[in-house]
Amino acid sequence: MMSFGISKRAIQATASLLGLAVVWQIASLFFPPFLFPPVTAIAKYVWEILSSWTLFVDVLMTSGRIFAGLMGAFVLGGVLALLLYASRTLENYISPVLTFLQGIPALSWVVIAIIWFHGVEFRIFFIMLMTTLPAFTFQILGAIRAMSKDLYEMVLSFRPRRMQMFRMLFLPTLIPDIITAWRVNLGNAARVVVVAELVGATGGVGYQLLRQQQLFDMAGAIAWTLQLVLFVLVMQQILTFLENHFLRYRAVSERA
Amino acid sequence: MTNVIEFTNVKKIFPSQNDGGNFVAVDDLTFNVAKGEIVAVLGKTGCGKSTMFNLLSGLIAPTSGTVRTSGHDPFTDFEYFRGRIGIVFQNDRLMPWRTALDNVLLGLEILDRPRQESVDIAKRWLARLGLSAHENDYPHALSGGMRQRVSLARAFAVEPEILLCDEPFSALDEMTARDLRQEFVRITRQNHNTALFITHSINEALEIGDRIVVFHRPAKIALEARLTRDTSEQEKAVLRDKIIEVLAGEKRMA
Repeated sequence: MMSFGISKRAIQATASLLGLAVVWQIASLFFPPFLFPPVTAIAKYVWEILSSWTLFVDVLMTSGRIFAGLMGAFVLGGVLALLLYASRTLENYISPVLTFLQGIPALSWVVIAIIWFHGVEFRIFFIMLMTTLPAFTFQILGAIRAMSKDLYEMVLSFRPRRMQMFRMLFLPTLIPDIITAWRVNLGNAARVVVVAELVGATGGVGYQLLRQQQLFDMAGAIAWTLQLVLFVLVMQQILTFLENHFLRYRAVSERA
Repeated sequence: MTNVIEFTNVKKIFPSQNDGGNFVAVDDLTFNVAKGEIVAVLGKTGCGKSTMFNLLSGLIAPTSGTVRTSGHDPFTDFEYFRGRIGIVFQNDRLMPWRTALDNVLLGLEILDRPRQESVDIAKRWLARLGLSAHENDYPHALSGGMRQRVSLARAFAVEPEILLCDEPFSALDEMTARDLRQEFVRITRQNHNTALFITHSINEALEIGDRIVVFHRPAKIALEARLTRDTSEQEKAVLRDKIIEVLAGEKRMA
């Protein structure tokens, strides 16, 4: 029943994407290639990127930057959330700063990073960190606050050490929210990294997009964009796999 | 007989959240529980039973007076009670991400017992409570009675000196509750545990306790009675009426 449901969804998703490709192909018959290149030209370019190491390295570079930025923000955000949970006073000081940072547009961070820092990689890491840190911190803090007081007191009755409490209660409780936070921030990070690379990098998908714009090559621009979409899809699949693994204890309604 | 639990002139006052005043939850409470004794504490909702429970488990400190468990202050000597107190709560409080076996293992893991030894102990307790076939089931796959059995196994598995039970069977149907009560008394006596059993059911208190303590509101002893194996059904009926009278009087006073 469930596998039928999944395959039905997969067919529907494929059909809608195929529909989009058909519409694009029809448009390519009426417009010049620099506006709407044929689907085959885009597919050829995509394959070229995937099969050529010198081009694919740019995809890996961007993927690495997204992952490093998200991981940095996740670790720092997690520690920050635990500190804010432990101290109300600290939260009163730090929360407004995080809210303030959340309001700063990604493009402003790009400009600030270019002025402040010299190294390209550090600049991009800094931009990624500053744009995703507040969200990670607030999401994890919210999850800690929503933790069951009943379970907390139950574990406390056995007198655990701090680390045991963290490993046995905090971590399993936080996993669903951590996965959701990664899902949300992943899309955000993929958009931000391109902006950062577009302005300040000498490699990566953003840099390649800038080159395609200079060459006026729409097929190239779409092909590089698709690499990023592909990366996000792969990451989402990994997160779904982790979710299914860690949350396998959840009851599933027969009607679901 | 040695006293394992000692309350001496204990008072607990909470600041009231509504009017900025104070709320007295426990008022000058003095009573003891001897080693190996099962004491049933009866009282109406809001009479401070749970506050007394939290004082005993070291989750809160008294405003004045002293609470001693095995001669130690459960609030300040928090570490001393690692593995010495087993608690069974009103709801099962099982971790949904752990199987029945892993839930029973929780306390043993906290006590750093060797893995294989812990698994053997946990399996033995699950078997004793009739759950061998459900070791690997997650809580959502178990009935309410089964889940409460798992929480009993979790409390007993650490071999505590003292068992604190906060209305553990109140959410179960009468038949399941009766079975579990009998099981609880049998195991507690076999293990020579000292138990404090909070309940709002007079029949449950009469069935379980060596001694019954009835609380006034705020928590203060209104009636105390000792039961033995020789206590007849007629004597129990008289005691039941007395308890009802005390609780009804409480209602009239309120």
